[in-house]
Amino acid sequence: MMGLNVSLFSLLFLSGWIASSIRLMTILLLGSLGAVFTARSGITNIGIEGMMLMGSFVAVWGSYTFGNPWIGVLLGGMAGALVGLILGVLSISVGSNQVVSGTIINLFALGLTSFLSAVAFGTSAPSQVPSLGIVPVPLLSKIPFFGPILFQHGLLTYFAVCLVPVVWWIMYKTPTGIIIRAVGEQPEAADTLGISVPLVRYSCVLVSGFLSGIGGAFLSLGQLSVFMENMIAGKGYIALAALVLGKWSPWGVLGSSFLFGAADALQLRIQSMGLLDIPVEFLQMLPYVAAMVALAGFIGKAAPPASMGKPYIKSR
Amino acid sequence: MDTLLEMKNIKKYFGEVKANDGIDLDIQRGEIHAILGENGAGKTTLMNILYGLYHPDQGEILIKGEEVQISNPKVALHLGIGMVHQHFMLVPPFTVAENISIGLEGQKLYKLDLVDIEDRVRELSQKYGLEVDPKAKVSQLSVGVQQRVEIIKVLYRGAEILVLDEPTAVLTPQEVKELFIVLKNFVVDGGTVIFISHKLKEIMEITDRVTVLRNGTKISTVHTKDTSEKELARMMVGKEVLLKYEKVETKKFEKVLSLKDVYCKNVKGLSAVNGVSFDVYGGEILGIAGVDGNGQKELADVISGINEIDSGEISLNGQNLNELSPYERICIGLGYVPDDRRGVGLLTPFSISMNLAIKHISQQPYKKYGLLNHAYIEQNAKEIIAEYQVKTPSGQVPVSNLSGGNQQKVLLAREISCQPQALVISQPTRGLDIGAMEFIHKTLFRKKSDGTAILLISSDLDEILEVSDRVLVIYEGTIMGEFIPGLIPIEEIGLMMAGVVKKER
Repeated sequence: MMGLNVSLFSLLFLSGWIASSIRLMTILLLGSLGAVFTARSGITNIGIEGMMLMGSFVAVWGSYTFGNPWIGVLLGGMAGALVGLILGVLSISVGSNQVVSGTIINLFALGLTSFLSAVAFGTSAPSQVPSLGIVPVPLLSKIPFFGPILFQHGLLTYFAVCLVPVVWWIMYKTPTGIIIRAVGEQPEAADTLGISVPLVRYSCVLVSGFLSGIGGAFLSLGQLSVFMENMIAGKGYIALAALVLGKWSPWGVLGSSFLFGAADALQLRIQSMGLLDIPVEFLQMLPYVAAMVALAGFIGKAAPPASMGKPYIKSR
Repeated sequence: MDTLLEMKNIKKYFGEVKANDGIDLDIQRGEIHAILGENGAGKTTLMNILYGLYHPDQGEILIKGEEVQISNPKVALHLGIGMVHQHFMLVPPFTVAENISIGLEGQKLYKLDLVDIEDRVRELSQKYGLEVDPKAKVSQLSVGVQQRVEIIKVLYRGAEILVLDEPTAVLTPQEVKELFIVLKNFVVDGGTVIFISHKLKEIMEITDRVTVLRNGTKISTVHTKDTSEKELARMMVGKEVLLKYEKVETKKFEKVLSLKDVYCKNVKGLSAVNGVSFDVYGGEILGIAGVDGNGQKELADVISGINEIDSGEISLNGQNLNELSPYERICIGLGYVPDDRRGVGLLTPFSISMNLAIKHISQQPYKKYGLLNHAYIEQNAKEIIAEYQVKTPSGQVPVSNLSGGNQQKVLLAREISCQPQALVISQPTRGLDIGAMEFIHKTLFRKKSDGTAILLISSDLDEILEVSDRVLVIYEGTIMGEFIPGLIPIEEIGLMMAGVVKKER
C-alpha cells in the first residue's frame, strides 16, 4: 500500500494526469462553451452529442479528402453548425419540445454518421488520416513541471481555453451579450424593444453547433486520427452536465469541464497502470459518477436563464 | 392643438375573433387621451398595432400627416412612440441600466458602456420626478418602481408619445398620484400620452379626451370635461350600470368563522400572519383591506388549510379546523375562492363542466357505477352556466378559453354550489370589467342574505368600502384596526394601511 501511495502522488503522475485532464477537457469545454450561448439565449441544447458526432465524422472525411486536417476541422465545425440549424428549426421556428428534438437529433446523427462512414470509407476505413499535432508553446513549454502540463497541447486546446474569457466578455461586457441574455430571460422584453428573438436564437444555435463540431473534430483528428461509430460516446451529455454544473457561465464551464476531464483522465490512468483490481467497465463509469455527484451536490442557488427551453412563438 | 397621430379603419382578426373591427383614432399633440373599454374591447390590441407588435389586417397609421408602416417596435420607437405594457417587459436579473441598454442603438460593439447610460437615467429621473437607482437590480424593485423603469426606458429612446396600458392596476393610491404628476410633467414638456384604462375615476381626473371602445369597435371620442362617469360607463358597457350599490341590511346570524391569535409563515418560511383574531358572522361581509403582500394570501391559505398554522385556532361553527385537511374543511362547509384563479382556483385545461364537478367528483350523482356520470355533470354545468350567465358555447369548452370574468364566475359558482357556511374570497374582481364585477358583487350580496359568512380579502379599497359591512385593515400580518365603511375618513384608513396608525379594537 505504501508503494502505491507514493507512485500515485508522485509529481510525475500528477503532471501526467493534469496534462491529460486538459487534453480530455478540450472537447467538453468546446461543447459547453457553445451551449452557454444556447442556454443564455433560452434554448435547452440536448443535441451537443449529435453536433459533436457529425463534427468528428466530417472532420475525418475532410482531412482524408483534402489532405489537410484544418480543412477537416473547419468542415467539422460547419457540419456541427448544420446540426444546430436543424435544432434551431425544430425548437425556434416549429416550437417543438426541445428535449425531445435534441435527443432525436442525437439518434439521427448516430445513424447518419455510421451510414456515411460506411459509404465514404467502406469496410476498410483509413487507419490514419492527416491529423492535428501537438504544438508546444515556444519557451513556455520549457518551464519545468508547468511547461509540459500547460503548454504542450494541440492548437484547439489553446483555442478552447482562450475562448473562455472571450465568451465571458461577449456575454457580460457587450451590448450583444445583453441582448442574448435578455432573450433567454425575458424574450417578450427583447421583443418589445424591436429585437428579433428568432434571429438571436438562431445565431446562438449556429455558434453552439460550430463549437461542438470543432470539439468533435478535436476528438477524431486531435486525439485518435480516425472516425469510429458512436465515438463521442456520451461526451456531449457530459458537456451538458458541465454546462449546468458551471452554472451556464464561461468560467464555470471551464472549471466543470476540467473536473470531468480529470475524472476521465484518472480512470484511464488507473486502467493503464493496472494497479488496482477494478473491472475496466467500472472505471469507465467514473466520469459519469462524477457528473452525477457533482450535479446532485454542488448545484447551489444559481438559477438557469428563466426562459430556457421555452419556445417563443407569437401571433402577429 | 394639431393632430399628431391618426389610426384609420384599423382591423385585426385573430381567427374568428374580431379584436379590432375598423377602429379610428386621432391623437392631438400635447393631450392625455384615454382609451376606455372593458376587457376584450380591443384596447391593448389597438395599441400593440401602434407599437408594431401586431400587424393590422387592414387600415393605416399616419404620424404628422404621413402614412407610416410600423413593422416592429424598433420602428415605433424611431417614430417616437413608446409603450409601457401592463405586464412589465423587464429582465428581472438585470440592473435598471442594463435593462435600458438592451438593443439600444449607437452603442460600441465591443464594450457595454453602462456609466453613460446610468448618468442619462439619473438625468431623466430628475427631470420627470421618476426616482430610480440605475444600478439597482430590477428583481429587487417594487412594482411601482419597476413601472418608473419602464417609463424611463421609453423616454430614454426619445418617446414623444407615451402609451400606458392599465398603468394604475398595480399601484397604491399614493403611487397613482405620483404617476399622474409624472404624466403631467411629460405633457408640459411637449409630450403626448395615451392612457389605456377601465377605471372611470382616474380617467375623469387626468385625461383631456376619451375614446371608448366596445367589442372591437369605436363607440365615441369625447372631451373629458363634457362627459361624466355615468355616461362613460354606459358607453363602455352598452347599458346602464350601477356605480354604487344599495347596501343590503341583513340580520346578523351566529358567529360562523372564528380566528384566535393565528400565526403562520409564507412559502419562504418568514412569518406572514402575526396573531390575527376576528369573527365572521353569518349574514355579514367582513372586508380585509390592505396593500398587496401584507399577509392576505397567507391568511386566506391558512384558513382554507393550504398553509400550515403555527399557533392559534381557527374554527367553523365552533369546530376546530386546525388539524383538518383542506378537503375536510370543504366537507364541513368552508368555501374558498383564491386570488390566483387560473393557477390555483381552476384546472384551466379542463372543461367548464369538469371544473364545476371536481369538488364532488367522487360522490353520487357525479359518479355512477364507479365511472363519471357525464350526463349529470353536463346537465349540472348547463344549469350553472345559465344561472351565472357564463359566456360560452357549451360546458365542454376548456376554462382556459374563457375571459377572466367568466372564469371567475365558474369558480365562484363552484364554491357556492357546495352551500358553504363560510366563504373566503380573495381579490375576487382583480382584472375584471365592470359588468363581471357587478355580477360577482351581487352574487356575494345574495349569499350574504342567505346567511353565509363572507370574508372578503381585497387590495382594491373601493371594492372593500362598497361591499363590506365591516372592515379590518391588515399590515405586515397584523390587524391595524377595524371600522365601518363611511364612518371614518379615508385618510385614516390610508394611515392604517401604511402601518402608521394602529387603532385599538
